[in-house]
Amino acid sequence: MTAKKVTSVGVLVQAHDLAMTFDVSPPWLNRVIEGKPRLLLNAVDGVSFEIEKGKTLALVGESGCGKSTVARLLVGLYEPTRGDFTFDGQDAHAAFKTPQGRQLRRRIQMIFQDPYASLNPRWIVEDIVGEPLKEHGLITDEAELKVRVGELLKSVGLSPLDGPKYPHQFSGGQRQRISIARALATEPEFLVCDEPTSALDVSVQAQVLNIMKDLQRERGLTYLFISHNLAVVRHVSDQVGVMYLGRLVELADKQTLFASPKHPYTRMLLDAIPKMHDTGQARTPVQGEVPNPLNPPTGCTFHPRCPHVNDRCRAERPELLTIAGVKIACHAVQENRI
Amino acid sequence: MSLLQVKNLIVEFPGRRGTLRALDDISFDIAPGEILGVVGESGAGKSLTGAAIIGLLEPPGRIVGGQILLEGERIDNLAYEQMRHIRGRKIGAIFQDPLTSLNPLYTVGQQLIETILTHLPVSAKEARRRAISLLEDTGISAAEQRIEHYPHQFSGGMRQRVVIALALAAEPRLIVADEPTTALDVSIQAQIIMLLKSICKKRGAAVMLITHDMGVIAETCDRVAVMYAGRIAEIGPVHEVINHPAHPYTEGLMAAIPDITIDRERLNQIDGAMPRLNAIPPGCAFNPRCPKVFDRCTQDRPDLMPAGATRAACWLHDAHAGVAG
Repeated sequence: MTAKKVTSVGVLVQAHDLAMTFDVSPPWLNRVIEGKPRLLLNAVDGVSFEIEKGKTLALVGESGCGKSTVARLLVGLYEPTRGDFTFDGQDAHAAFKTPQGRQLRRRIQMIFQDPYASLNPRWIVEDIVGEPLKEHGLITDEAELKVRVGELLKSVGLSPLDGPKYPHQFSGGQRQRISIARALATEPEFLVCDEPTSALDVSVQAQVLNIMKDLQRERGLTYLFISHNLAVVRHVSDQVGVMYLGRLVELADKQTLFASPKHPYTRMLLDAIPKMHDTGQARTPVQGEVPNPLNPPTGCTFHPRCPHVNDRCRAERPELLTIAGVKIACHAVQENRI
Repeated sequence: MSLLQVKNLIVEFPGRRGTLRALDDISFDIAPGEILGVVGESGAGKSLTGAAIIGLLEPPGRIVGGQILLEGERIDNLAYEQMRHIRGRKIGAIFQDPLTSLNPLYTVGQQLIETILTHLPVSAKEARRRAISLLEDTGISAAEQRIEHYPHQFSGGMRQRVVIALALAAEPRLIVADEPTTALDVSIQAQIIMLLKSICKKRGAAVMLITHDMGVIAETCDRVAVMYAGRIAEIGPVHEVINHPAHPYTEGLMAAIPDITIDRERLNQIDGAMPRLNAIPPGCAFNPRCPKVFDRCTQDRPDLMPAGATRAACWLHDAHAGVAG
């Protein structure tokens, strides 16, 4: 195994004002006949963050808040409509288009949510894990490839003897380890993990999370970890970004965020989680649901559900400002109202 | 008297390569107005237990042993038509995905009114009045107008409220809720759980809440049954099971759940995975993964036995052997 030692601490991943707009208009004919307008969905609307080498940034939020779109932007599956993404000092989206982009893709890999859908059922594990190595021309010799795949499988707690099996012969947790082994094949520095454990049972989730942490320690990996489960996020992350309707509303160190959440939405999310050890305690669930992203509220998009709302919140969109080391987008916090 | 009694229930699936026993000797009961949680990992048999109780086992699955009694009367051997009258009237059901449990071609009002008219001797006008008040009770504002809407016009959380209203429409004594909040976001999940709890308490309906989320169980239930490989591993008051688990599986499960209030470097993990139904080891099904395994575990199968304030199927708690560590 070629574990890289990371000595220098610096920013590896830098997203600046990333935005992604999807065109969800009705077909042209309908627009002409029925006079319907073009319809644009701002899935991600100006997200900026940095991740230091060897650290984990977690993005949390409810469905439709744009966290998976951010993941896809970072691995180059989507091209942003605005903003840029700098990886290790170079503009990644410009590089993806050049022949040298392959080199960059090798360094950024992704783990997907559903281990049942992200592995080709007709391929054996050996081919699945070996494909990135062949694709990037890292190993061409068949015998050498077999050895390397065996090593990779061992590093995620599987056996080299599992190579000739098909994905259906494995349980959900084992399959997720196969996808981790595949993601690690090209020795990436940055792993984008989109809800890697939300399809798994808790006891298996613990196994996968432990493996991910061990690998990070051994190889100095940098993670972007996407999840809707704040308890999992608390366990894996160094920094946490909370997203709501395509924007970051709070970005803070893990300790700070969980000890003193500032944004009303973060507080609501933390309060909404059923706690294991104080049973019977009544909570006040927050009213309302996430609004339609096609027609987001004016001003601060959280204002219809916010208990601290005032006229400014309804009219003016809050910027993400740094207050006492925490980045936060909330008028109430910025005005010291809460 | 218990509202629901399940006695030595066995469910099997005959197949080409032999018969799979999916539920093996399950016994528990639910008191009137009580909320019993059923937890376990995928494939442990928790949903199957619910399906057996409401008489909706998918063929070729069938009950081959044991009894299910509702208010003292057997319901496991009823004919389909007879069971239809009990389902809805005496047992309501709530499923995971609210979109698939509502008919997209009928308005919410039509579905509610139909259910009420089928089961209760009331006039159409009274049924409509009840439907509106049910929707109001489940927290749907402007119920008078919303009753004319189709399911697709509701959001996910609102749909699940409609499903709850539908389950309660004929005033059943027991609600079987199978993962009612799994498809919902956390903020909505909290609202729905609170609603389910308060509305059932108000109407005196007992609930069997099937979920894999221990947090939901902790907040909602009176008692909890932990299932593993088609059997109940431990059953008891919810505080006891969470804070002082008696079965090594429950203990491992509790330690594996990331806690929002505690920082831990590593999560406790239970190595291995739950056995497949065709490869359940002899003795205790948990013995290959159990950190406290000893000779007897690999030979004899433990039944539920008293273990502190709960009951656990584990030889560690056998009165003749040593006490659990």
